Amino acid sequence: MLEVRDFAIERSGLPVLSGLNFSVAAGDALILRGPNGIGKTTLLRTLAGLQEPSAGTCTFPPDEGAYASHADGIKTALTVQENLAFWGDVYGNAVPDAIWDWFDLGDLRDRFAGTLSAGQKRRVGLARLGVIGRKVLFLDEPTVSLDGFSVKLFTQFLRDQHLASGGIAVIATHIDLGLDEAETLDLTPFATSVSGATDSDEAFL
Amino acid sequence: MIALLLRDLRLATRAGGGFGLGLVFFLIVVVLVPFGVGPETEILSKIAAGILWVAALLAALLSLDRIFALDFEDGALTLIATAPIPLEAVGLAKAIAHWLTTGLALTVAAPVLGVLLQLPSGAYGFVALTLLLGTPALSMIGTFGAALTVGIRRGGLLLSLLVLPLYIPTLIFGAEAVRRGAQGLDATTPLLMLGGITAGAFAMLPFATAAVLRINLR
Repeated sequence: MLEVRDFAIERSGLPVLSGLNFSVAAGDALILRGPNGIGKTTLLRTLAGLQEPSAGTCTFPPDEGAYASHADGIKTALTVQENLAFWGDVYGNAVPDAIWDWFDLGDLRDRFAGTLSAGQKRRVGLARLGVIGRKVLFLDEPTVSLDGFSVKLFTQFLRDQHLASGGIAVIATHIDLGLDEAETLDLTPFATSVSGATDSDEAFL
Repeated sequence: MIALLLRDLRLATRAGGGFGLGLVFFLIVVVLVPFGVGPETEILSKIAAGILWVAALLAALLSLDRIFALDFEDGALTLIATAPIPLEAVGLAKAIAHWLTTGLALTVAAPVLGVLLQLPSGAYGFVALTLLLGTPALSMIGTFGAALTVGIRRGGLLLSLLVLPLYIPTLIFGAEAVRRGAQGLDATTPLLMLGGITAGAFAMLPFATAAVLRINLR
């Protein structure tokens, strides 16, 4: 269960979103929509704990959150297997054998990540989510540079593995994932009108 | 933390990892000095300890900006920051990995290269000992500096300017211990100070590193 109350966030000292209230039950996904710059990434980073909200609270089971950014964090000098094993070690999990099928990575297992295409790298980055075994996922544009088939694979993973086992996902995306049961939250009404002038003098630091 | 350390060591030894860069730089500086100063044995043997220390310090500096910058660029640092490893442990693991790939190699190479600089015979052991005691501090202070400049484009130069002044105490006591040792004097005090600086750096700087990383990742 993820619960967000009276949430307000800011980006480099400027308020971007405020008055956010939503909750996501175990096994559900929430899709964030809104034009570029509305604060989707900032919201996800704040939920994941990378920065503090300027007001409000966000509660979910402790030690269950995980964040996936635009960037994959894949090390090009390591093989696909080594990359995933590293995240497994960090989170104290073994790499599940099924992961190679979930993300169609079996053939790439021993390739150096530096030799992969952008879409293949993205799939490795998403496979990380299957390795770390966290219940509450904050996904920022997870389908960037994926082809239609891979998007389907990813949706399948989310539905059959993650959500089916009681996981929660908050996803910022511009495309249709085919995750029809997921609720959608349009962030536009929560945007804070920015007058440009704030009390903060951070801009001058 | 062990996983991160092992990953960094593996990355350092892979192609493009930069392992050995610092060592080769050290070798070249030490080889260049006799060309610049001239072959007089007396002058060389007087300045040998200082040259070895300054060269080791510059070699350690060379690979500092890779500590966090590479992980920052490919997004791994954000993911590590949200992973169940405290950022203090991340800083510590990074510093240890940096020391194992540069400081340790410099410690082993320095007495060998001392031959080129006519290092006095009594000083070989002291060069190795002071570098062993002092280079961990260089790595830890450097890791803190790297955390300060993470996210700044072309932060390498700024990093050098920030870190070099902080290296001064280590350099003073390291070189002083070798000088005293070479002359047969008692070197206990500078050695203790050197060890103290290293111990202090490892006691405090992981926390400072974590704090600046948190701010820079915001």
